[in-house]
Amino acid sequence: MSQRYLRRYKDATRMNHWFVAILFFAAALTGLAFFHPSMYFFSALFGGGQWTRILHPFFGVAMVLGFAFLFFTMWRDNVLDKTDVEWMKASPAMLKGDKSGMPPVGKYNAGQKLVFWVFGISLLLLFVTGFMFWSPWFVGFFPILVRRIAVVVHAASAVALILSVITHIYAAIWVKGTVRAMTRGTVTERWAKLNHPLWHKKMTRGE
Amino acid sequence: MSSLQTLDIAARSATTTPSPDIRHRPQVQEVAKLIDVSACIGCKACQVACMQWNDLRDEVGTNTGSYNNPNDLTPSSWTVMRFAEVEPTEGHLEWLIRKDGCMHCEDPGCLKSCPAPGAIVKYSNGIVDFISEHCVGCGNCVTGCPFDVPRISKGDNKAYKCSLCSDRVTVGLEPACVKACPTGAIHFGTKEAMHTYADERIVDLKERGFSNAGVYDPAGVGGTHVMYVLQHADRPGLYSNLPKDPHISPMVSLWKGIAKPLAVFAMVGAVVGSFFHYMKVGPIEAKEDPADPSDGTDPHAHGGGDVIIEEPPRTIAMSSTAPPAMPTTPSTPSGMQDGPRV
Repeated sequence: MSQRYLRRYKDATRMNHWFVAILFFAAALTGLAFFHPSMYFFSALFGGGQWTRILHPFFGVAMVLGFAFLFFTMWRDNVLDKTDVEWMKASPAMLKGDKSGMPPVGKYNAGQKLVFWVFGISLLLLFVTGFMFWSPWFVGFFPILVRRIAVVVHAASAVALILSVITHIYAAIWVKGTVRAMTRGTVTERWAKLNHPLWHKKMTRGE
Repeated sequence: MSSLQTLDIAARSATTTPSPDIRHRPQVQEVAKLIDVSACIGCKACQVACMQWNDLRDEVGTNTGSYNNPNDLTPSSWTVMRFAEVEPTEGHLEWLIRKDGCMHCEDPGCLKSCPAPGAIVKYSNGIVDFISEHCVGCGNCVTGCPFDVPRISKGDNKAYKCSLCSDRVTVGLEPACVKACPTGAIHFGTKEAMHTYADERIVDLKERGFSNAGVYDPAGVGGTHVMYVLQHADRPGLYSNLPKDPHISPMVSLWKGIAKPLAVFAMVGAVVGSFFHYMKVGPIEAKEDPADPSDGTDPHAHGGGDVIIEEPPRTIAMSSTAPPAMPTTPSTPSGMQDGPRV
């Protein structure tokens, strides 16, 4: 018997996603090296402290540019609405393993939408503040007070981004059948019915 | 500049464990350089001595209309005389000349903000030194310094500043600028001895009418190992904007203090917490339901390959007159799962 699959991501979207994902790891590891001494050893992966400092902003800019394409592909499906509030209210039970009380969701649930917007906002902040102390190219254009604030905002945004990515990755592992949406582009119909019933209905026209 | 010396290190940048400290306390006495602004004639012998001892040759700069030469601290000018013509009281001109450079804070903002382990150290005698081979050139020391002292070289992307001639001090010599000063305006010794000397100078200055004379050893940074005797200690801003109450910026101290360990805890906690959540709750999985004919399998497909339902194009999806999208075989050329739908 053959299996029915629903198209969730086009090839281009998937390649775009993995481009951003790889650069996220490069930027996050180079950034974490300078975030706290306990993680300075990450700099060894990139050829030492100087190289880590040199490479980090280039990784970051490439990641942001990559995400910009994803953003314009996906933002329409991530606009929050009233049903998302219900979803958020019901989510603690889901985290305990009881999914029965969850309102039906479309292509993305409220958690996915929040992650999307935290990605977008934190990357924008990282991008803007990163230029303010990008040594040696742009740092000279900004006074020291601005740079002090920029460093703090940059680091805080990075923490928000990393926490959201951890959530993002865990959710994909936790909800079985999700990862193939990004590795193969399709999901099983059963997965869609369980996790995104309104999207399933739209895709199949209620068939 | 170099770690190859015999001074014990009391504090080290980006290091969370104590430095070897069996020797330093309380035997090692803190040192200080005392700059008596009231005795300075602005001859710049100290600048020349600094260049000579440290093998520094700055580029020839441009005249900006003052005696300052060079006009500012640079990666290769670690000390600069700053000339200020001010009227502390109306109609009474004073020429205040302050030798600027690293203040060697007891609580150094540069060291606190530096992310590279061991790139900035504070020796047990109080000297704050940059260990250039560990410097990564990020510029955080510039943002951390309350006195705007460190400078990043465009040539090698390393940070530089006055070392208080730590290489001379370690072998019992005074810093080069102290040695060269022709008027005795710069003194060097234990911090205690410098305070004693400063107190004598302040008595002299007060007798000469400078009622607000005092020593500049700002408590906001834990005191400094470069101190000034100022005629107008109540208004350090007169001396080319010497800060009245310098502090490490709250941006630096908050973030480098408690926020970073908490953030590390949160990030590691998120990963570990996710792992245990999975182990406790288990995955969300669609269960097979043989009673539902549409569950997971296409009842219309017989024996062929898998079927992919493509997303309808957005423009059509938004049109109310569009025909319902029908499940189709893959239209993309990838053709990973092919097979006609019957």
